[in-house]
Order: sequence, then C-alpha cells, then structure tokens
Amino acid sequence: MESLFNIRSPFLEELGDIARFSGRFFKELFKPKQEYDEFLRQCYWIGYKSLSLVAITAFIMGLVLTIQSRPTLVEFGAQSLLPKMVAVSLVREISPVITALICAGKIGSGMGAELGSMRVTEQIDAMDVSGTNPFRYLIVTRVMATTCMLPVLASLSNAVSLFGGYLGVNIRGQVSWHLYWTQVFDALSFGDVIPSLSKTFFFGFAIGVVGCYKGYNSRKGTEGVGRSANSAVVIASLLVFIIDLIAVQLSDLLGLT
Amino acid sequence: MTTDVICVENVYKSFGDNHVLRDFSMNLHHGENLAILGKSGSGKSVLIKCIINLIEPDHGTIQVLNALVNTLSPESLDELRAKVGFLFQSNALYDSMTVRENLEFPLRRHWSKELREKGAEAAVMEALDDVGLRHTVDMMPAELSGGMRKRIALARTLILRPAIILYDEPTTGLDPVTAREISNLIVKVQQKYNTSSIIISHDMNCINITSNRVIMLIDGKSYANNSFDNLRKSTDTRIKEFFE
Repeated sequence: MESLFNIRSPFLEELGDIARFSGRFFKELFKPKQEYDEFLRQCYWIGYKSLSLVAITAFIMGLVLTIQSRPTLVEFGAQSLLPKMVAVSLVREISPVITALICAGKIGSGMGAELGSMRVTEQIDAMDVSGTNPFRYLIVTRVMATTCMLPVLASLSNAVSLFGGYLGVNIRGQVSWHLYWTQVFDALSFGDVIPSLSKTFFFGFAIGVVGCYKGYNSRKGTEGVGRSANSAVVIASLLVFIIDLIAVQLSDLLGLT
Repeated sequence: MTTDVICVENVYKSFGDNHVLRDFSMNLHHGENLAILGKSGSGKSVLIKCIINLIEPDHGTIQVLNALVNTLSPESLDELRAKVGFLFQSNALYDSMTVRENLEFPLRRHWSKELREKGAEAAVMEALDDVGLRHTVDMMPAELSGGMRKRIALARTLILRPAIILYDEPTTGLDPVTAREISNLIVKVQQKYNTSSIIISHDMNCINITSNRVIMLIDGKSYANNSFDNLRKSTDTRIKEFFE
C-alpha cells in the first residue's frame, strides 16, 4: 500500500501543478484592482483577431459536411432532411469542438510562446520586482478573455457554418433561403444550443489556463519557449476532447439530448 | 552610527548538488554603494535575487528596510519591492511596450503622494532626463542600442524613487566607453536620490568608479570585505587574481 502512495508520475505532478495554477487564478480573480484595460486588450486579440480564421474554417466545415452527407441521404430518399441533419451536427458538436481546436492551436500556442519568451527574458521577474503582480496582469486577464471569447467565436462559427450548409444544399439541389432556415430552426431546440454553448466556456478556460501555465512556467531558454508553445497546444486539444466527452455524458444524464 | 538597510545573515542556497551560497552574511549601510565581486557562477546574481525574494534561500534570514522578506505576505512583499529597484543584467524591458509604457508600468500599482502630484507624464520625463534619453519616449526597446536599453531600464527602476537599487552586472556586454558612462550614471543616481545600492559585477572599472566598499564572494562566502583600494593592495592570491 505504501508503494502505491510513493508512485511519482510526471503527468500526475503536472496535472497537480495545473490544478494549483487554476486555484491561484480564482484566488487572484476575486481580489480588487483588476486589470480591466488589459482584459479588453486580450479580448480584442483573442476574439476579434480570430474572427476571420474561425469564420473561414466554419464556412468550409458547413459546406463540406453538407456536400459529403448528401449522397447517403439521397440513397435513403431522405435528402429533405439534409438541413436538419447538418444543423444538429454542426451546432451540437462539430462547430464548438472545431472552434475550440482552432483556438487551442492559435491562442494556446500564442500564449505559451509569448509568456514563455517573457519568462526567459526576465520580463515577468521585472514585473514581480516592481511589485505589480504579473499573475493578475498576465494570467487572470488572458484566462478570462479566452473564457469569455470562446462562446462568442463558437456562436459565430455556428452561424457561418450553417450559412456554408445553405450553399452546400444549393449546389446540387434547390432549397430557398426561407425554407432552409425554417428547417434549421425546427431541428434545433434550447437543449441543443445551451449545452453546446455552455461547454465552450470550459473549452475557453482550459485553453487559457494551459496556454498560460505552460508559458508562465517556461524554462531553459528559447528551446523551452518552443516546447511550452507546443505542449500548450497538445494538452489544450486533449482537454477539449475530455471536456467534450464529460459534457456529452452530463447532457445525456440530464436529459438534454 | 550607520544604519543598515539590508542585513543578510547565514544564508545558504543550493541547486541540487551545487552549493551556491554557504553561510553568507553581509549588510548594506544607508547611502552606501556596495559592490559584490566574484567569478561568473559564484552566486552573485542568486544573492540579490534572494534579497528581493525572487529566489527563496534554503536557510538564513534576509532583512530589507527592517522587514524579514521571507515572512511577508504577497501584498507586503509587493509594497517592499516598490521601494527596492532592480536593474536586470538583460535589462528585461517589456518588448511589446514603448519606452513610455515601460516606465509607466510600475506606476499602475504604486503611486506615491509625490508622484500623484507630479503626474505620470512628468514622472516619466524626469526619469528619462535623469538618464539623458528624453527623445526615446515613444520608441520601442528593439529600436534602442544596448547602452540605451540599459539606461531606460535604469530609468524604469528610478521612477518609483526606490530607497535601494540592486544592479545585476550593469556593464556586461557594453563597450568600455558606454560601460564608463553607465558607471558614472550609477554614482550620479546615488548622489541625487541618496539611494543605497548593491552592484554585482566582475568589471573592475565599474567597481572602482561606483563602490564605497567591496565584498568578494568566493566559495559561497564573504571572502573579503574592504574598500576597492585596500583590496587592490592585498597580497592574498585569491584576491590578487581579480586585479591582475
């Protein structure tokens, strides 16, 4: 039994460190004198600067999914269900997860590299010694901005991918704008939209925390910065899938599906 | 009677099997420029990082302005750090900010009554005037030369009017002319603001110009503690090798 408690796993240690890092985030979050200007600046960089990437990906995703699904539905004579099927697949699952993965790549790696480079060039130490609390300035603002911006980006992704679906439906068939959107909204309920958007808050939080944790604790010079950026993307992407799995199970248990 | 602004007693610090500081003790008097001389890797930078609590010592006590640094709450430590300036060897300027933003950054948390009356702009300009670089206010750190970056880093340190300044190898990587200018600037700052300073260096010219007293850090201990001129006359081989 004793040997069981003596097992030292780097993975578990890192998980513990990330949990402690998250704990410190919540501790700092509720202290006075928050850095609102920096939070807004981060929202701009994380949200606004990711709009075009998310929109283009979502458009292609909607278009391709519709084109690929059509032959199967035609085989069963169910092509009239195409808008409904596309809407449910995109809004419930594909759109939020793909948006989160794009953000894990773009934002997670960006944070890992930026904070890592600040760490190895002693800029974070300089903030520390000037008594300005770098954790609140750099970490709290970034994690909050990612958590708030991910649902906004996922909502945009939903809308654009459904528009892509509309074009996809009309490449081989003819469905009016009005009919398409009526079918889409008929197929969707709050039980589809709310859990799907709720989980994007957790995706955003996970991406922010992992990106910041990896960058903030970066070591070993430029090589360490590269590793931080890389592992931030890998861990954040993995967490997105784990959170998604948990969210789907919870929705199922709560009867929201 | 001299008052001590920093008092380091019996400090030990190791990194694995590398014992950097071993029972190291020293004190810094008010208004004094103290140089710490030692070979590369002898633990000079570790010592001043322990003083500001960027690194925690394994054992021993460090008192700064009558406060035991390792017992302070994070808020009290922030308050204390505002009174202690730190000039990094790498300058550590915030590379995504302009010179003005770099200098304004420490002010966001620590506005003294004097600074509030003066205003941020005036405080920034005065600090830049002190280092002779008023014209760089809207430039980015990447546009500055090595010597200019060092001066800007010093201006950022000065903006909170610290009682103590810790200089980590202030002349490393600079040409002899610029290094002399920086050394003279350290003396000018000490005279103008009556600061107490610790200067970590192995540049003998810099130590000669700036220091009132020198501590030689050898084998993790305070090997010698005397004025620059007295150390220069020493016959001890371990001291002599620094002056040859």
